[in-house]
Amino acid sequence: MDSKTTNRKGDVWVFVEAVQGRIAEVSLELLGKGRELADTLGVPLAAMLIGRGVEGLCRALFSHGADKVYLSEHDMLSRYETHAYTAAAVGLIRRYSPQVVVYGATSMGRDLAPRIASTLRAGLTADCTDLEIGDHEEPVSREVHKDLLLQIRPAFGGNIIATIVNPWGWPQMATVREGVMKMPESNGSREGEIVRFSPELSAQDAIVRVVEEVPAERRVNLKAARVIVAGGAGVGSRDNFKLVFDLANVLGAEVGASRAAVDKGYIDKGHQVGQTGTTVRPALYIALGISGQVQHRAGMSDAARILAVNSDPNAPIFSIAHYGITGDINEVVPMMIRAIRKRV
Amino acid sequence: MPYDIVVLAKQVPDTKRVTGDAMKEDGTVNRAALPAIFNPEDLYALELAIEVKERFGGSVTCLTMGPVSAAEVLREALYRGADRVALITDRRAAASDTLATSYILSCAVTHAAPYDIVCCGRQAIDGDTAQVGPQLAQKLSIPQVTYVSDVEEIAGSLIRVRRHTDYGMQVVEAPLPALLTVTDKAPEPRYPAMKRVMKYKKAMSPAEAEARGLPSPMGDMLIETWDLDTIGADIERCGMAGSPTKVKRIQSIVLTGSGYHEVQPTQEGIEGLVHELIEDHTIG
Ligand SMILES: Cc1cc2nc3c(=O)[nH]c(=O)nc-3n(C[C@H](O)[C@H](O)[C@H](O)COP(=O)(O)OP(=O)(O)OC[C@H]3O[C@@H](n4cnc5c(N)ncnc54)[C@H](O)[C@@H]3O)c2cc1C
Ligand SMILES: Nc1ncnc2c1ncn2[C@@H]1O[C@H](COP(=O)(O)O)[C@@H](O)[C@H]1O
Repeated sequence: MDSKTTNRKGDVWVFVEAVQGRIAEVSLELLGKGRELADTLGVPLAAMLIGRGVEGLCRALFSHGADKVYLSEHDMLSRYETHAYTAAAVGLIRRYSPQVVVYGATSMGRDLAPRIASTLRAGLTADCTDLEIGDHEEPVSREVHKDLLLQIRPAFGGNIIATIVNPWGWPQMATVREGVMKMPESNGSREGEIVRFSPELSAQDAIVRVVEEVPAERRVNLKAARVIVAGGAGVGSRDNFKLVFDLANVLGAEVGASRAAVDKGYIDKGHQVGQTGTTVRPALYIALGISGQVQHRAGMSDAARILAVNSDPNAPIFSIAHYGITGDINEVVPMMIRAIRKRV
Repeated sequence: MPYDIVVLAKQVPDTKRVTGDAMKEDGTVNRAALPAIFNPEDLYALELAIEVKERFGGSVTCLTMGPVSAAEVLREALYRGADRVALITDRRAAASDTLATSYILSCAVTHAAPYDIVCCGRQAIDGDTAQVGPQLAQKLSIPQVTYVSDVEEIAGSLIRVRRHTDYGMQVVEAPLPALLTVTDKAPEPRYPAMKRVMKYKKAMSPAEAEARGLPSPMGDMLIETWDLDTIGADIERCGMAGSPTKVKRIQSIVLTGSGYHEVQPTQEGIEGLVHELIEDHTIG
C-alpha cells in the first residue's frame, strides 16, 4: 500500500497559521520544537506556508529556525477555507514527502489537520503536549522502528498521558497545544530557501463561504506571563473578581480563571486556563478559590511554583501546590497585597 | 423542504469522574469502573438535528459504533426524538484509531443513506481528538463546518450556520450534503419526552434480547445492529490493521501530593511567603 511507504530522509515540517498577515504564536513555538526534532533526525526543518501575498512572512520563519519555506500561494487562498487549504497542503505533502508534519492545536489546526490526514490516509495525533524522537518495538513481531516521532498527549480528561507512535501511514502528523513549547529566540541573520509550489485548485475547492464575521476581542496573553493570578468559582461574583485583578496589578501579573468562573460570568473566556482554555507555564501561578479539578490542572500544573489559596483544606489543588494557604481569599488577598506593597 | 439528518453519537466513560480506583496498576484506565454516558457534545449534535427536523421536516437517524452496551445511547436518542437508530458493532473494529473509525463510520453513513446533513459532536471526552468529524466528512467527500453553534437557515441545498473559532464568530454557507461538528455553545439539549421513554424503553438490539432470553425485537422496538460486512467495509482499513497510530505507552497522572509548604493565613505568615518569593526571584 502506497501510504505504508515511508520517506526517512524527508524534512520535518511545521504548518504556519497565518491570518491577516500575522503568524500565530504557536507556529513559531513549533519551529523551536521542530528545530530540535530535525537536528536529532539530521534533516532540514521546513515551514509550510499557504495563503496569498504571504511571502513577506518567510523572514520571520527563517529567523525562528526554518531552513526552508514551502510556499503555496493562490488567489483562492487569501483567507483560510478548509477545503482549499487541504488541497494546497496535500499537494505540497505529496510532492515533497516530509516525514513529520506538525500543526498548532488551534481551531484552525484541528479543522485542517484531520482533513489532510484522512486524504493522505496518514496517522494523526491530536493535541500533543510534547514531541520526541525515539525507537519503537512492535509488541508482537518485535520489529523495531527507529527514530519515530513520539507523540505525547494527555487523554481521558487529563487523567493519563499517552505516547503515540505512527510506524506506517506517513507523514507522522500531530497537532500540538499552544503555549507548551518554548518560543525560540529569533535570529534575524538566519537565512533560508523559499521553494514555490503552485497548487492546483478548482472552484469546488473553496466551497464554504463566510457571509458574516465578528472578530473575537484581543486574546489575553496568558502564555507569555511570568506570573498569573487566577480566580475560580470561590471568588463568588463578578464584582469580587476585582480582588484578583488587584493582586495581579501589584504583581504585574496576568489574570487567569477556571472554567467555572468563566461559566458563571465572572470573567471572559479569554482568561480561561485548562484543558479547554490556555495551557500556561509561568514562574508563579496563584490559584484563588480554585478547587483544582483535573481539567484545570491540565493547563497549569507545569508552573514552576504554585500557590493555592482555598478555604477547603482538602481541595485537590493543594496536592500540586508548592505553597498553600488554607483560608478565605477575602481575607488572605488583602494581606498579600499589603505584604507585597511593603516590600517594594 | 425536508432534510434527512444522520447524527453520530459515541458512548464514553465519564472522564470527569475518574478517581484513583478507576486506574489499573499498569496505568491504564479501568473503563468498567466508570459510568458510561452519551458523549456530552453529541447530545448537542442530536438536539441540533431534531430542531432542524422540527423546522423543516425530514428525519433523524442516530448511529453509534461500539460494544453491544452502546445500544444504551441509541435508546437515549430515541427518547429524545431520533426516528431511526443503528448500532455498528464488530470485534474486528476494536482498536480503531480515528482514521479507521472515520472509515467505518463513513461506510455506516453511506449504508444509512440518503442524508443531507451529518452531525457529529465536536469531540468525544475520552480521547478529546475532534478528528473523527473532519475525517468522516473527507471520506464522504462532503464539506465540513466545524465548531457550529446554530443553524440559521437552510434554503434548498444551501445551509447557513454560525460557528466559533479562535478568531471569533462566523456565519458561513455550505452546500448540502455537509457535515457539521457541534459544540456545547449550541442550544441546550432537551430532556427525554416521557411518552417516548415509555414507548422506547423496551427497544433492544437482538443481542440484548438474547442475553435476557427475550424473543427478537421487531418493528419500532428493534435496534438494528450492523457488522462490518453489513456496511460493506474493507476489513484491511478497520481495527488495528487500518490504524496507523499505536499507543506505545500509557502513564497515569498520579497527584504528587508530595506535601506543600503550609503558609499561615496571617499577616506574618504571608509576609514570610512574599519574602521567600522575592528572595528566589519568583516575583519582584
Ligand atoms: C470537557 C471538560 C473540559 C473542561 N475544561 C476546563 C478548563 O479548561 N479549565 C477549567 O478550569 N475547568 C475546566 N473544566 C471544568 C472543571 O472540571 C471544573 O469544573 C472547574 O475547573 C472548577 O472550577 P473552580 O475550581 O473555580 O470551581 P469549584 O470546583 O466550584 O471550586 C471552587 C473552590 O473555591 C473554594 N472557595 C469557595 N469560597 C472560597 C473563599 N471565600 N475563599 C477561598 N476559597 C474558596 C472552594 O473550597 C472550592 O475549592 C472542564 C470540564 C470538562 C468536563
Ligand atoms: N465510535 C463512534 N461512534 C459514533 N460516533 C463517533 C464515534 N467516535 C467518534 N464519533 C463522533 O465523532 C465526534 C468526534 O470524536 P473524536 O474525534 O473521538 O473526538 C464525536 O463527538 C462523535 O460525534
